[in-house]
Amino acid sequence: MSKQFLFDGRPVRFEEGQTILQAARAAGHYIPHLCWHPDFPPHGSCKLCIVKVAGRHVSSCALPAKEGMEVESNTPEINGERRALVQMLFVEGNHFCPSCEKSGNCELQALAYDLEMMGERFAHFFPDRPVDASHPEMLLDFNRCIFCELCVRASREVDGKSVFALTGRGIHKHLVVNAESGRLGDTDFSADDMAANICPVGVIVRKRVGFATPIGARKYDDKPIHLVDMEDGK
Amino acid sequence: MKSHEVPPTPVGRIVDRHGRHANRLLQVLIEVQDDSGWLSPAVITEIARELSIPRSRVEGVAGFYQFLHTRPVGRYHLLFADNITERMQGSAELMAALCSKLWVEPGKVSEDGLVSIDTTSCIGMGDQGPALLVNGRPLTRLSHQRVNQIAELVRRETPIEQWPAEFFRVDDNIHRRDALLGLDMAPGAALRAAIGAGRAAWMTQLEASNLRGRGGAGFTTAVKWMACRDAAGADKVVVCNADEGEPGTFKDRVLLNSMADAVFEGMTLAAWAVGASEGYLYLRGEYRYLLPALQDTLALRRAQNLLGRGILGEAGFDFDIDIHLGAGAYVCGEETALLESLEGKRGTPRIRPPFPVTHGYLGRPTVVNNVETLAKTCLIALHGGEAFAATGTAQSTGTKLLSISGDCAHPGIYEYPFGVAVERVLEDCGASDIQAVQVGGAAGVTLAGYEFHRRIAFEDVPTAGAFMVFDSSRDLFDVARNFVDFFAHESCGFCTPCRIGTALLKKAMTKLAEGHGAKMDLADIEWINRLLRNASHCGLGAAAANPVVDTLLKFRPTYEQRLKSLDFEPAFDLDAALAAARRASGRDDAAAHLADRAPGS
Repeated sequence: MSKQFLFDGRPVRFEEGQTILQAARAAGHYIPHLCWHPDFPPHGSCKLCIVKVAGRHVSSCALPAKEGMEVESNTPEINGERRALVQMLFVEGNHFCPSCEKSGNCELQALAYDLEMMGERFAHFFPDRPVDASHPEMLLDFNRCIFCELCVRASREVDGKSVFALTGRGIHKHLVVNAESGRLGDTDFSADDMAANICPVGVIVRKRVGFATPIGARKYDDKPIHLVDMEDGK
Repeated sequence: MKSHEVPPTPVGRIVDRHGRHANRLLQVLIEVQDDSGWLSPAVITEIARELSIPRSRVEGVAGFYQFLHTRPVGRYHLLFADNITERMQGSAELMAALCSKLWVEPGKVSEDGLVSIDTTSCIGMGDQGPALLVNGRPLTRLSHQRVNQIAELVRRETPIEQWPAEFFRVDDNIHRRDALLGLDMAPGAALRAAIGAGRAAWMTQLEASNLRGRGGAGFTTAVKWMACRDAAGADKVVVCNADEGEPGTFKDRVLLNSMADAVFEGMTLAAWAVGASEGYLYLRGEYRYLLPALQDTLALRRAQNLLGRGILGEAGFDFDIDIHLGAGAYVCGEETALLESLEGKRGTPRIRPPFPVTHGYLGRPTVVNNVETLAKTCLIALHGGEAFAATGTAQSTGTKLLSISGDCAHPGIYEYPFGVAVERVLEDCGASDIQAVQVGGAAGVTLAGYEFHRRIAFEDVPTAGAFMVFDSSRDLFDVARNFVDFFAHESCGFCTPCRIGTALLKKAMTKLAEGHGAKMDLADIEWINRLLRNASHCGLGAAAANPVVDTLLKFRPTYEQRLKSLDFEPAFDLDAALAAARRASGRDDAAAHLADRAPGS
């Protein structure tokens, strides 16, 4: 017999070794996330997946489920904190949704709607982050980076190229590419790489296909992310 | 080893010396920079090629550590320690004076490439500050006279080796000795006792001592060692955490300087207990000046068969110690970030569990202990666990070294049995008219006068050793703001709440300091603090809120006096924003200013 824990008061079965987030998803319960991806080990940096277990906050993507745990996730307290984390990400970078090609397909934007974010609350940093248009097929707009490291991990572990890495630290942390010139065009990056197709926001975008899908017909335009994300099995 | 058809380049030689192992990347970067002054894009490419790793990984690591330079620095690179205690001794004025004498702006390189001057976090010289690092070497007891001399030496391009030796004098300043600092042990004595007793009996003694980690967290040492001993895997590792970065702490510096044998012996005692064959001492970059003497001590211990194969004739007891350097990253004091750094990576804390005792250095079972903890195991080996547990309190056995700095007559090192009252410590170090004490460094607790009866112990006021004293002339807002800046500077940037939260907190404190604060800002500060505490990935982020939470609670008027009596006040200053337009139009008359902000109004 498999074990179970309580997720927002409802019993959830799990197999030994599953994390809280994995087990909850398998049972049809959505937990917000940005840096988590089913194809990779947990990263634990975005902290959107925080839940409360026995009065303590933990990252549900990283913590193995345990028999009898009582997990609080979809509560005003936790969602309020998640909303603040999304607000922080919005003020850290330069996110201008109306002019962004990723609008409607962007997980950060979709989470902001889903978490009922009405404004950014905190003062903007307005960092200076030049774009990199050196690659023939792909554009890098660093203004939108949220440091989930999905491109870093996909390029290193799946594509075997290590095209991306993070350097600097603290608020000065930033994405770099694997070239002495610092230009994506001087790397072996390809539009077919997994890293080219994994960005949850609008940093790594394809050239010359802008607005091929009209606004209104995009991934999160009709339904909120907590439904879409559970449907497409991602 | 790669064979070279042409003589290897300097980078190639350094990489060769490190066995061409990618997990030596940080050590390679430090040594290459010693040679080339800074890490240019071409040098980074060369290191990547020599180590056969992606260039992006090398750039990622090089950009993480403060003492690695991916942009040129001056041939004389001076970093003023910027902890609050040095500020109180006038470090900011001294730095401004040196900058103006050498015609250089803080954080920039002089046009001739001669000199650059900047600040750095606490360098562990709080009892003999203000202090700075010049090309990595600590220079203590700064005064205006000394700053004038430094300016002259730099201008004449006098090699640092020829600067007066007195500049680089670092004193131990031990003012109170107890069991550890009073120990006069012949090298090997504790090890002989533990080996004589046998592995199991030695662990029993350690258990009886109830020794707890002195690095701050206070985890029971015997529990950690037993977990590592019992973990699967034969190639166990002992790591000494000598990354003493907590502002106001310098007791490990003294132990490494004067009791290095006891520290290494403690590491060997741990190796004996858990069955480890490899040891690493992770030495913070700020203490690099201690490296030659530490290497000499290791060589002597090898010669005495206290390290190496068959230690003290015990067949199969093979253990040796290597010293790795840090390069200016406080977060590496967190044990899993330290392990990442030891593996030549960015110092980002790992997800736990698993814990280092089962999955540590290169995935191997690893014991990570603080310098003081390891030194104290010698006392237990020599005199037994019960004797050790006879001092201190029920949950905090033995003694604790305190690093005392700030407003007192006799700053330095004091060793007390656990349970000593804060007021007793204040009396002993010659402090009077005291407003507050910061115990445990920036991550610790701010004690107000009505709490001075409290005791230094895990069950009351725990501490890794920092004890900073503030008299009634000090403004606790400035103290908290200094610590907030520290955390923002030292956040590794891995998780959202700490990366952005510490930067937002810094902005909020700056807004208050500049007189633009409103009630809403205090609410924002409290909200950010809550996110830091609840959602951060590691202790750094969780603790980053402490100084503001404590001072807001205990010294709220110092915040409120900075507020305008409004509910909201923007940080944005509209009149100041018009300065560029005034410059462009050549106007500065009253009509070119907003009505209520005209000059003199």
